[in-house]
Amino acid sequence: MPVKVYAGSDVTVNDDGFFTDPQQWREEMAPQIAREAGIETLTPEHWQVVKFMRHEYAEKGTGPSVRALSKTSGVTIKELYQLFPKGPAKLAAKIAGIPKPRGCI
Amino acid sequence: MTGDGTMPNGRIEKVSIIVSKGSLDGIYPALIMANGARAEGIEANLFFTFFGLDAIHKARHEHIKLATVGNPGLHLATWAGGLPGVSSVMTHYMGHKMGQLDIPPIPEFLEMIADTGAGLYACKASVDLFGLTRDDFISQVKDIITVGEFYELAAGGQIIFT
Repeated sequence: MPVKVYAGSDVTVNDDGFFTDPQQWREEMAPQIAREAGIETLTPEHWQVVKFMRHEYAEKGTGPSVRALSKTSGVTIKELYQLFPKGPAKLAAKIAGIPKPRGCI
Repeated sequence: MTGDGTMPNGRIEKVSIIVSKGSLDGIYPALIMANGARAEGIEANLFFTFFGLDAIHKARHEHIKLATVGNPGLHLATWAGGLPGVSSVMTHYMGHKMGQLDIPPIPEFLEMIADTGAGLYACKASVDLFGLTRDDFISQVKDIITVGEFYELAAGGQIIFT
């Protein structure tokens, strides 16, 4: 399992860069993960989604797919893709240090 | 990007999906694939041709039916599939099952796919064949394009025909 250093700490990630242990995640790590995923600056809107992903994961044990993310967070699909052009649920999950959501819709 | 529409790391970067059928089971897989592509950060375009145009037809796309005749996958006798109302009942049943899985109805799904940034296009030859105009289609349709324009749009990506 690859090991990465975020905010000075070693974390284990899978081959696609998703945290294998969400407990290792800290907020200070998010900006660096985001930059690696092509997002230069995390705006408050990005943070809203990232925190929501953490929240959903803590509640349900899995992150939501894009449709569920939009429906439950209230952020529109259009906005989600503006914030995370390379896949909202996927990138927000990566930045939030949780596994990649597995929904098809 | 390499010539086959993948990145050097083997990942798909762009897909163009052709929808040629006007049945529920002909349309949904294409919509799910287009939406799923965008969720993965893959560029996606949908090209509606022939009976697939019903999917983006304002008056028809709310009434897309499951094919109950000539559909052995339903495990229903062909004569039974042709009885009046059977297609409607099966379509309703399927819609109910899909709703439970949070799969949106076709009109809502198309709106959602357009919001992901995927392009929706109608095939000019089919539009002419059926005597349709721009006004017959939902507003999310970006353009009516020729097959040549489709290939230009699809350049550098993978093409999927459904």
